[in-house]
Amino acid sequence: MIRLKKNIAVSDTGFVFDPSTGESFTVNETGMKIIGYLKEGKSSEEITSLITQEYNIDPLSFEKYSQDFMDMLKQYDMLEYEKEV
Amino acid sequence: MEKKPFERPLIKRLNAGMPSKFGMHTHIEALTEIDGLKVEDLVAEHGSPLYVLSERILRKTYRDAYNVFSTRYPRVQFAWSYKTNYLDAVCNVFHQEGAWAEVVSGFEYEKAVRNGVPGSRIIFNGPDKQEEDLKLAIQNGSLIHIDHFDELYLLLELAEKGTGKPKVAIRINMDTGIYPQWDRFGFNYENGEAWEALNRILLSEKMELVGLHTHIGTYILTADAYRIAASKLAILATGIERKYGKVIRYIDIGGGFASKNTLKGAYIPGTDAAPSFEEYADAVSSALIKSDIKPENLPLLVLETGRALVDDAGFLLGTVLANKRLADGRRATIADIGVNLLFTSFWYQHEVLPAQEVSQHTEDTTLYGPLCMNIDVIRDAIDFPLLKKGDHIVIKRIGAYNMTQWLQFITYRPRVVMIDESGKVHVIREREDLEHLIRLERIPAHLKSDDARKK
Repeated sequence: MIRLKKNIAVSDTGFVFDPSTGESFTVNETGMKIIGYLKEGKSSEEITSLITQEYNIDPLSFEKYSQDFMDMLKQYDMLEYEKEV
Repeated sequence: MEKKPFERPLIKRLNAGMPSKFGMHTHIEALTEIDGLKVEDLVAEHGSPLYVLSERILRKTYRDAYNVFSTRYPRVQFAWSYKTNYLDAVCNVFHQEGAWAEVVSGFEYEKAVRNGVPGSRIIFNGPDKQEEDLKLAIQNGSLIHIDHFDELYLLLELAEKGTGKPKVAIRINMDTGIYPQWDRFGFNYENGEAWEALNRILLSEKMELVGLHTHIGTYILTADAYRIAASKLAILATGIERKYGKVIRYIDIGGGFASKNTLKGAYIPGTDAAPSFEEYADAVSSALIKSDIKPENLPLLVLETGRALVDDAGFLLGTVLANKRLADGRRATIADIGVNLLFTSFWYQHEVLPAQEVSQHTEDTTLYGPLCMNIDVIRDAIDFPLLKKGDHIVIKRIGAYNMTQWLQFITYRPRVVMIDESGKVHVIREREDLEHLIRLERIPAHLKSDDARKK
């Protein structure tokens, strides 16, 4: 299962800090929601369900945008893979 | 409960204290309406992409320019530069405002005549005037601006054959302190070639010399170059009067005024860098008034301004086809506007705006067209809001050259509409269709589909 690295700090106002590189990032509202859910350990299905309930977007379209967002998190080396036990 | 509008999720690295190459962040305002009409509605009705011209802006820009020049110089005449945009509706707006026609080919000449411009109000420029074109221009009493000696001698020949007495000016190229110096058109001032041409015309008595013309370049960012150009033409005019007793009726300073578009590689946006009409007008009119031309002989000042009159009135509307990531993670957005429809994207950093409200979040984006060609890049680096497939964009200041230099490539060229001053939309050029495109094609008999299939 993919999850956000534990040491990534997220503020309430949309700033993300990665202490391992010292880099800061800004996220928009939907990006912040997804990062929050990832931090809570929610699965991609759960995230899709939560976002599509709150925002005017269908699950298929959301999958397209969330995949792109996850790719960017990967690019910034913010994700880790939790081994299934 | 109503759901919130969705913006695609974004994460962007911060470079604290470091301005990006776009400068400090500025909020991008959406352009949702043109002359009070919603972009969304225009696209829904006329398709995407769509060229939109504002008659209001066309007329306002023309009147502003005319007022600026005519309040500084007693006799001013604009001649609409057909090559900049020769859609009949656009030409007729300018002709209604009082502009003559300035054409550079037999085709443009035919268009001007068809638009009802009297022959005596057509200026015929350019290096390619065919013998038949010249005969027609002579018969119509048009103002022929001679570009080279071959043309000068052809006109002499036609005059001797009895076609009529051509009304001519010569085009003069010169050093005005700018680079590049356009010396490929006309006769050079500094090396005496211009005087050679003038002597030949005036001594022959077969042609009537009515004007002097120069066109120093394009997108000229320094108004002072026009002061130098006007001064040099005035020196020639006084010289002609002194030597031949001939009064020059008009001085045509050409075009080349910059529009507010930003050139590629420029650090200062065009809105800040381009001189105003006032600056150009001050330079030209003061040079002529201060010259040695006698006040009673002050020539008509002719202006062939094209780009600066029409660019702002044109908008190109398009639609986002897709978003993707490049290998390094940069955002790429593909729109349905290719470089074939936006020829000027090769030299301008066009202002591209979203046509719907967006948040303050932006991404470093490359904006591609749909052409399946690597060169099809509308903006190679633009700080752009987060648009989704199906969202609309508006490209500003595209009125000049794009509707004449456009290329039909892999699909049909779109509709062009004009919004009149009351807000009514008129289709001024239909979208092309297959019938239109194949009309000029001819298939040899052995390649007709039935025969071709048999083989």
